[in-house]
Amino acid sequence: MRHKYDEKKIRRVIGEKVQFVQGDASAVYGALLAGCSFFAGYPITPASETAELMSKLLPKAGGVYIQMEDEIASMGAIIGASWAGAKTMTTTSGPGFSLMQENIGYACMTETPCVVIDVQRSGPSTGQPTEGSQGDMMQARWGTHGDHEIIALSPNSVQETLDLTIEAFNLSEKYRTPVILLTDGEIGHLREKCVMPEKGEFEIIDRKGPTVGRDKYVPFQADESLVPSMARFGDGYHVYVTGLTHVEKGYPSTSSAEDHDRLVRRLVDKIEKNRKSITMVEKDYQKGSKIAILAYGASARPSAAAVRKLRRKRKKVDFLRLITIWPFPNEEVRELADRVDRIYVPEMNLGQLVHPIREAAEGRAKIIQVPRIGGPLHTPKEIMDAMRKKA
Amino acid sequence: MMRKEIRIAGFGGQGIVLSGFILGQAALLDGNNAVQSQSYGPEARGGAAKSEVIISDEKIDYPRVTEADVFIAMSQEAYDKLQGDLKERSLILIDKDLVDASSKAIKGIPFTSTADKLGKKIVANVVMLGALTAMTGIVSKDSILKAIKTNVPKKAIEINMKAFEKGYKLGGG
Repeated sequence: MRHKYDEKKIRRVIGEKVQFVQGDASAVYGALLAGCSFFAGYPITPASETAELMSKLLPKAGGVYIQMEDEIASMGAIIGASWAGAKTMTTTSGPGFSLMQENIGYACMTETPCVVIDVQRSGPSTGQPTEGSQGDMMQARWGTHGDHEIIALSPNSVQETLDLTIEAFNLSEKYRTPVILLTDGEIGHLREKCVMPEKGEFEIIDRKGPTVGRDKYVPFQADESLVPSMARFGDGYHVYVTGLTHVEKGYPSTSSAEDHDRLVRRLVDKIEKNRKSITMVEKDYQKGSKIAILAYGASARPSAAAVRKLRRKRKKVDFLRLITIWPFPNEEVRELADRVDRIYVPEMNLGQLVHPIREAAEGRAKIIQVPRIGGPLHTPKEIMDAMRKKA
Repeated sequence: MMRKEIRIAGFGGQGIVLSGFILGQAALLDGNNAVQSQSYGPEARGGAAKSEVIISDEKIDYPRVTEADVFIAMSQEAYDKLQGDLKERSLILIDKDLVDASSKAIKGIPFTSTADKLGKKIVANVVMLGALTAMTGIVSKDSILKAIKTNVPKKAIEINMKAFEKGYKLGGG
């Protein structure tokens, strides 16, 4: 699929530079700006607006939109189109994200760049369609089977949804891996000011293509970056793609421990060894704080309000917001645990990221859950009340 | 302008979400920050609908209403269910045609019958926006008129402008 990135056309399709829009819409704008040219999806609340808007805008920007029969097929379609050379995306919510897991693993194993936006809703199962949640944080990490690394990002605003969607495309192209954007019903349906970034204010990364001739190309041979170059289907390069354990030529090798170890370790290492450059956090520390709030995504909004209110009362409090969720920002959490005695973790689930946080803190600080489920955000007061109770 | 919290509630189909959206967009045109959120059931019509708008000249961290400065009820159910979480001096504005409220502190305006007289019940939400603008000045008249124009179909602009002006007058503007 040959797609020409036509910036003028994309900006015309997006419309005004400053808009009052939902997070679901800004995700679409981010995808278009990043050069997404293929979208396959199955609408689901609270992600339906992404599919609806994509169906309107993507064809006008020169891309292809397909509504699939389900989420399994959606994931399959974006993997196939990616191999045909397109930057691809699908969007969904919890129930659909569950269905996508098998093919997400296939994308990891076959090193297929693609972006999955999960607008999380209250689960399990079909749960509460119109209520937001942070219930898929662990599913994004371990929903698909087998050893693997994954990249997942979580925005806390409409603007950041746009910015991180662009980043998700860039990371997926750079590392040849599926990237998950973990937003939720709160941010997805929230309307806020969103400013379209100008050219030069954001980067566009494209996957590496083959640098050698057709006769010398080895599809899964990586250089020191650990990321192989990717030939496009139809360009005449010999490419063999399989979810089975494979050797560098792409052919299956299903009973060699050595081949499996070499492949899977490289898939893990290409992300693990770049943890530093993939990690994004927002730090707001005060000298002498003994307590901290550590949050991400939608629950970072009431958390920031709680921090502001506490500081107005002249209480010292540190605030750490995770933007990159996977690979997990271990070092940043450890650094915070070294600074304070207690870290409060408000999550819209009954305890998910609190576990890697506790693991990263290595007992250097007490980690206290502030869970909430069933829809509405925590209130700032609820978080402050939890902090007053000495755990 | 300090943080102002506005809650608009009614039932699905009254344009509750749209009126919140228009209000937020007008605030942006005024140069302020705004967030708008909503909650509704899975039904397209009927069911309870709620739209919340926060307007501030500062960054808005918590995007939901904790204590409304303005509460607008466009249905009895919304009024009965949501009159908590108010500030002591909150402005409570109801659709007199649809809501029974005894307290004198509550301002009642006939949004629906005013809209009906104009020929289209569905512009009751814009009558409400007119009254709200006149009573609070929370957004400028220029900005909200611009926001209404960009969000209604072309052929419906005229009736919406009329609805706004009627509401504006009923709100004392």
